[in-house]
Amino acid sequence: MLPFDQILIQTINGLVNGMVLALVASGLTLIFGIMDVVNFAHGDLVMLGGFVGAITVASTGSFAIALLVAALTIASFGALLQVTTLRPLIGRDPLTTILATFGVSLVLQKYALWQFGPSARVIPQPIPGQFDLFYLQYPWYRVGAAVMAAAIIGALYVFLKYGKYGIWIRATTQDRVMAGAMGIPVPWVHTGVFAIGAAMAAASGVLFAPLAAVTQTMGSDFTLRAFIVVVVGGMGNLGGSILAAIFISLLEAYASLVVSPAQAVIVSFVALILTLLFRPTGLFVSTPR
Amino acid sequence: MLHLSEVHAYYGKSHILHGISVVVKPGEVVGLLGRNGVGKSTTLKSVMGLVRPSQGRITFEDRDITGLAPHRVAHLGIAYVPEDRRIFRLLSVLENLRTGLDRPGVTEARRAALLDKVYASFPVLEERRNQLGGTLSGGEQQMLAIARAMMLEPKIILLDEPTEGLMPRMVSQIRDIIERLHQEGVAILLVEQNVGLTLGASNRCYIMEKGLVRHHAPSAELRADPSVIHQYLGV
Repeated sequence: MLPFDQILIQTINGLVNGMVLALVASGLTLIFGIMDVVNFAHGDLVMLGGFVGAITVASTGSFAIALLVAALTIASFGALLQVTTLRPLIGRDPLTTILATFGVSLVLQKYALWQFGPSARVIPQPIPGQFDLFYLQYPWYRVGAAVMAAAIIGALYVFLKYGKYGIWIRATTQDRVMAGAMGIPVPWVHTGVFAIGAAMAAASGVLFAPLAAVTQTMGSDFTLRAFIVVVVGGMGNLGGSILAAIFISLLEAYASLVVSPAQAVIVSFVALILTLLFRPTGLFVSTPR
Repeated sequence: MLHLSEVHAYYGKSHILHGISVVVKPGEVVGLLGRNGVGKSTTLKSVMGLVRPSQGRITFEDRDITGLAPHRVAHLGIAYVPEDRRIFRLLSVLENLRTGLDRPGVTEARRAALLDKVYASFPVLEERRNQLGGTLSGGEQQMLAIARAMMLEPKIILLDEPTEGLMPRMVSQIRDIIERLHQEGVAILLVEQNVGLTLGASNRCYIMEKGLVRHHAPSAELRADPSVIHQYLGV
C-alpha cells in the first residue's frame, strides 16, 4: 500500500506540471484548430520565451516584466513566422506545414545555440519561501506557477468567449470559408491566433524556467509532451487539451511512485496509443466539431 | 452592378464554368436556373472569391473583383447565403449575427437598428438568440443564414438554393423575405431548383446548361411561355 502523503505530494506535483503543460498545449491546439497546422516548432517557442525571460530578468530583475517582454517578443516573432512560412502553405497538403514547422524548429534550436550558447540559463524563483508538506519543503513558486498558468488560460477563455475577436476566432475555427464570406479577415485571424499561441508558449517558458533551466534543446520535449496532450484531449479542442494535460501529468506523477521518473514518461505514450486505438477523436470530446 | 464576363472555372480538374456571362443591375432579382451540376453554385462561389476563375473577369460597381479574397468581396457589399447554409454551429444565434455586424464603421445605434430589423423579420431568431446555431431546425438555420447575410448591409445577396429541403410553410416565408429585400432595393442573384418560386420572384432569368448560359429572358416572358423551361429543365 502506498502511503497517503506520497500520493498527495504527487497529486500536487501532477497538477503543477499539468497546468504549465496545459498552457503550452492550449496554444498548440488553438493553432491546430484554426488552421490545421501541427506546429512542430511550438516547443522551441517555449525555449525562446525562456531565454528572452532569463535575459530580461537578468537585466531588469523583474519576473513580471520578463513574462510580459517574453510574451510580446515571441508573439511578434510568431506573427512574422506565420506570415512568412505558414500563410503561403494554407490549404496545401498538411505534410508541407509539418515539414515547414519541423524545419523552423531545427533553425530555432541552432539559433539559440549560436545566440545564447550551450550553457543553461536559470531564472531565480520569483516567489521565495517554502511550506511544509509532510517531510518536504515545498516551494511556493511551484504553486504560484500553476496559478499563473491557470490565470493565463482563464484570460484566453474570456477573450475567446466574449468580444469581437473571440467570435472571429471561433467562427474561423468552425468554418474558414464562411467566415471569409462574412467579411472576417481570415488570413489575419490566422496570424493573430499564431501570435497568441506563441505568446502562451513563451509565457510557459518563463514560468517553467525557475523550476528547471532553459537550454536550447528543451523545446523538443515540450513539443512532444504538448502533442501527446493535444491528441489525447482531441485535436483542436481547448477544454479537452487542458483536461488531458492535467490527466497525463497526474498519470506520470503517480507512475513515478512505483517506477523511476524517467520510466514514468512511458505512461503518457501508453495513454497516447490507447487513445489513438480506441478514441481517435480524443478522450475529452463531447461535442462534434 | 455585377458583371461576369466569359468566366471559366475549374473544380479540381473538372471544367465547371465554360465562359459564363451574367449581369445583375442594382436592385434587380435575377434567377439562375438549370439542372443539377451545370455550375450554378460555382457561379456564385466564383463571385464570392471561393472559387478562383481561370479565365474571364468579374466586376462589381466597375471594380475588378476577379479572384479577390472572400472577406474583401464581402466588404464591398456582396453577401453570400450558401446552399448548405453553413451556420456556425457552435456559435449562438446572436454570435452568428455578430460575425457580420462587427465590422469597422458600424455605430452602436446602427448595430441595434440592424438587429431590431432582423428580429422583426425573424422573431424566432430573437427568441433563440442565445441558443447554439447547431440546435436550430433546418428552416430556422436558413433564416439565420439569410439574417446573417443581411447584417453586412449588402448591395447584393447571392442566394443559393434557399428553399432546399424546407417545408412548404417555410418556402413561402423565404419567398416573402426575397420580396421584402427586393423592395428595400437589395439586388439578389438567386439559384433555385424551385422554378415556380424563381420565376415569380425574379425580374430576369438565365438558364444554364453545361457551364454556359443557354437562354436569357425576362421572367414574365418565361412564365407566359414555359416551352423554354421545358426544353432545358424538363419540367
